[in-house]
Amino acid sequence: MTVTDFYALVGVALFVMGLSALILRKRDLQRILGLNIMGTGVFMVLVTSALGQGQPADPVPHAMVLTGIVVAVSATAFALALSLARERHK
Amino acid sequence: MPRLIERCLPVLAGAGAIALGALIAAALLRTPENDGAMARAALEALPDSGVGNPVTAVLLNFRAFDTLLEVAVLLLTLVAVWALDLRLPRTEALPASPVFSSLLRISGPLLVVIAGYLLWVGASEPGGAFQAGAVLAGGCLLLRLAGRWNPGAGFVRWAASVGLLVFLLTAIAMPALTGGLLQYPHASAGMWILLIETAATVSIAAILTALFVAREPGETRP
Amino acid sequence: MTLWWSTLCVAAPLLAAVLLFIRPKWMAGIALVAVTLVLVGALGLASVLHDSGPQFIAIGGWGAPLGIGWRIDGLTVTMLLMAGIVGWPVTLYAHGYFGGAAAGRHFWPLWMLLLTALCSLFLSNDLFNWYVTLELLGLSAVALVTLSGKKAALDAAQRYLYTGLVGSLFYLMGVALIYNDYGVLDLAVLREVTEPSLALWVALGLMAFGLLVKSALFPLHFWLPAAHGSAPAPVSAILSALVVKGAFYILLRLWFDLVPATLPDAVSLILGGLGAGAIIWGSLQAIRATRLKMLVAYSTVAQLGYLALFFPLSESGQWGDAALTGLVYFMFAHGCAKGAMFLAAGNLQRAAGHDDLVSLAPTAQALPVSMFAFAIGGVSIMGLPPSGGFIAKWSLLNAAIGSGGWIWVAVMIAGGLLSAGYIFRVLSLSFSESGDEPEPGPELVPVAKSSEWASLLLASIALLLGLNALPMLDLLSIGLPRAG
Repeated sequence: MTVTDFYALVGVALFVMGLSALILRKRDLQRILGLNIMGTGVFMVLVTSALGQGQPADPVPHAMVLTGIVVAVSATAFALALSLARERHK
Repeated sequence: MPRLIERCLPVLAGAGAIALGALIAAALLRTPENDGAMARAALEALPDSGVGNPVTAVLLNFRAFDTLLEVAVLLLTLVAVWALDLRLPRTEALPASPVFSSLLRISGPLLVVIAGYLLWVGASEPGGAFQAGAVLAGGCLLLRLAGRWNPGAGFVRWAASVGLLVFLLTAIAMPALTGGLLQYPHASAGMWILLIETAATVSIAAILTALFVAREPGETRP
Repeated sequence: MTLWWSTLCVAAPLLAAVLLFIRPKWMAGIALVAVTLVLVGALGLASVLHDSGPQFIAIGGWGAPLGIGWRIDGLTVTMLLMAGIVGWPVTLYAHGYFGGAAAGRHFWPLWMLLLTALCSLFLSNDLFNWYVTLELLGLSAVALVTLSGKKAALDAAQRYLYTGLVGSLFYLMGVALIYNDYGVLDLAVLREVTEPSLALWVALGLMAFGLLVKSALFPLHFWLPAAHGSAPAPVSAILSALVVKGAFYILLRLWFDLVPATLPDAVSLILGGLGAGAIIWGSLQAIRATRLKMLVAYSTVAQLGYLALFFPLSESGQWGDAALTGLVYFMFAHGCAKGAMFLAAGNLQRAAGHDDLVSLAPTAQALPVSMFAFAIGGVSIMGLPPSGGFIAKWSLLNAAIGSGGWIWVAVMIAGGLLSAGYIFRVLSLSFSESGDEPEPGPELVPVAKSSEWASLLLASIALLLGLNALPMLDLLSIGLPRAG
């Protein structure tokens, strides 16, 4: 197994761990963290697909991950605000 | 009965997660190297893109429409958070102290310069609008936490939307110049990209700062 | 010219969103203009399609495989027309609904961004572009649900948000697997290049799961009733009529262009079975519902089950085209009918201050236009002639009977009967027992005339789709997707 494969597996592990956290945890903050970790896992898998044997790195997955990070940040910001709004509504 | 389900759920979820992970891992590991059609196309087209950094070329030229929608997502998030009408207490300015004041004096301008550098260098090295915007947002937040900056509603709205506005107007102006949506003229592509990136940097910084503050400016509180 | 029409569909609402964000006071006409432009763009594309057949546009001049491609065929144009035709009365209604209130100030940029996302989604032919449009669509939809400010709406919005994000991440993981394997994101290229392999099956499974969660197919529908039931009325209409169709559209495109022909029949049977479950379960919950908007929301769950019935029917060779035509017509007719029903329900709720079915009768009798709109929408939902819903169901039934899928015929007939159950439950509010004096009703909040007529307009379109089906069906059949 190459280093690239190892990183890809780590990405997959993060994905399923984040998913478990989202399903099993009850508190909002833990669930939002779970979503973030899931996203990070997917991004890792994408980045590893950019590495080729002795070829220059593929820029397309890098661009995808950059876009994905911005979307994830936006979603996290909104999720946090929504959690806060629910708390204040009580 | 519900108690039983509650006890079983972690086990089921864990087993399910492991199974899913194994499946995806198997799919990933068994795959031979892809022949990189997009990668080759991107690197071949790089000289025509107007920038030297392949990632910037992909983000702002080859697949610029994705980036346009992404800037829209940022603006959307701001509207969404404002719509929640969070009545947070006003951010108290951090107490003035010699440490904080000197930190502000040094790092404030430094962050602005770094942001500008990241924006400029994105054409040839890793960098670009998003990175610069994030750093600039850090600087703006520092000022805000020090109580030194309280922009009005109009300023925030314009700053937040200038990125999307410039990007969109450029996109739909292009057919008049070259006949294709988001198709830059070959010679001036780099200039157009820099224009879009600059506007986007301002917007990204404004939106990230405003998201942190979360209160809509200019809203009167009962 | 094709470029201008398609750009119009995306740029008009996006520009409107920015302008409405900068100066909310301009909201008076900008949104309506933007929706009109989307409709103009869709009609322009329809005429281009009619004259020259299916088109592909490479954005930025970068063709496949590098750039993002737009694809214009019968399915795309029908969906764009649906977005414009449903969006227009909803926009008109929202003017009356929000007035100048603070909540309305945020509604307009959010709605325009949602419309942008929807149009970009329908036009796109690129896997990663679909991810970005899905996120834009999902986040704007969740934000719109929160506008009523009530606790129930916030809870429903949070569940919708988390579920939607999980769906998107599953979809993105699938895209990552496909990119890892083939190095391409453009669907037209992938159609030629993909071969069945473990990676492809796993990727398709992940993507399908994510998209089915977002399409609220039973049993992944759990987030929908609360979200659609507690949102403001125009938002419920937008969500039920348009947003849920977005993710399903992508699934449809993947079905034709990525799913190999060697897919085991069991998979489509399972999907059909889930659809049947949705129809039965959703209809039963609608019959049991105590609130009007929850009734309509459960009706959406049931009607989305019909979408899943397409999968087993499409396997059947020559009947596949009839099934696809029925499906797309169904999506369009359902959009109009369900939108009209939610707008009418919103009128009733605004007038009475609540939407509990037990005490809604006096209000229903005071708002005949809205009730009429609800009734016409209901006719389409039940699948009675002469409505668009009838044409759609007729096509689907034809495909089912022709291919020997008797179980699906039974399910569709049962679904029709059950939907009559809950539709008539609402319509009976309009009628009092003969001989009774009408009870003095409670004080009713006046409802804007434009709101009532907007719901009737949308319902009439559902009717028109049934009376005037041929042009639509002809348009649809140009460049009809077929499995490769």
